[in-house]
Amino acid sequence: MDVITRGGVITDPGNSVENKTGSWRVFKPVINYEMCIRCMICWQFCPEPAILKHEDEEIKKSTPAPKDALKRLPVVEIDYDYCKGCGICANECPVKAIDFVMEER
Amino acid sequence: MNYENEEFFAPGHGMCAGCAAPIIVKWVLKLAGPNTIVVNATGCLEVATTPYPRTAWRVPWLHVAFENAAAAASGVEAAAKAMGEKVNIIAFGGDGGTADIGFQALSGMVERGHNVLYVLYDNEAYMNTGIQRSGATPWGAWTTTSKVGKANPIGKMRPKKPIARIIAAHNAAYVATANPAIFNDFKKKVQKALNTEGARFLHVLSSCTTGWRHDPSKTVEIMRLATDTGLFPLYEIENGDIENMRITYKPKQFKPVEEYLKMQGRFRHLLKNPEYVKKLQDDIDAWWAKYGHHYQK
Repeated sequence: MDVITRGGVITDPGNSVENKTGSWRVFKPVINYEMCIRCMICWQFCPEPAILKHEDEEIKKSTPAPKDALKRLPVVEIDYDYCKGCGICANECPVKAIDFVMEER
Repeated sequence: MNYENEEFFAPGHGMCAGCAAPIIVKWVLKLAGPNTIVVNATGCLEVATTPYPRTAWRVPWLHVAFENAAAAASGVEAAAKAMGEKVNIIAFGGDGGTADIGFQALSGMVERGHNVLYVLYDNEAYMNTGIQRSGATPWGAWTTTSKVGKANPIGKMRPKKPIARIIAAHNAAYVATANPAIFNDFKKKVQKALNTEGARFLHVLSSCTTGWRHDPSKTVEIMRLATDTGLFPLYEIENGDIENMRITYKPKQFKPVEEYLKMQGRFRHLLKNPEYVKKLQDDIDAWWAKYGHHYQK
């Protein structure tokens, strides 16, 4: 935004996406899809929100899963552009399918 | 329409890693949908989501001062009514902006019966300005204005203000306490609040990793313990009928309060003296002895 609007109104909703808060991260969550039961608890609790939910049939089928029956469920993916590395997802995952490792840059 | 897969709260905001407030906000907005106007009192949420010229909000959002979120929301509601528009009006405030500074505006809004949902995200101190005690800070918590030392080994010496019951006493249409860690109960209450006409108030617990002094990854775990120890009971009150309040969630087995205390730096000093822990446990037990029969499956 180049011009200050009257009243300081921000006319572009959700333009905070320009802030790539992924640079805050010290530890990084990594999903182990072979273990992920696609319960969506990480997606539910991600405060950023930096966990994406994919409903696309192609992605659902092509992503590994511990059981074939689970492949009809949506797939989660971490958006590292914004993930601040709080670790709530790794802590709450009921099957411990999210590793929390030191970020390397 | 179901908007649960849409995000009306954008990433890239400046809330701390591990803050619980965005979890609350994102779900309230998902359940409310795009036909919503948000009024936001000064506090962490307001400051961190809108560093000019950027905003994390994808719904119309109005920033007001610390004390007048409820008054501004009343005005927005009256204007929408005059224009014949049906729209969700939701006010967000922290515990300072709700239970203390914004209290008289909130009291007025509820008394006048404005059709507004007020959501209090309660992190139990003035976290935005540097962890000063508020009316909602619990007994025994360390803050920078209830410091712990030789003269005062306890921290905050007064109990937490029962803000939900105070608002219910105004004959609010719907009042509930909720905890995002007890997710189904939280979601049900937000939906119920959104579908009720009149002044509605949700008191939602919101952990603060900075002020409660805990590891960011433990946010949800600690909030769950707040309810599983019985310290933050979940209940709802309709139309000011406090006598018939309904406890909506009861842990199968109560956990000892130490489990909640030992995870947080703000309570560390209490663990040095078993009497303090016992006092807190006795308070919890007394609350449940008095109100436990209000639990309904």
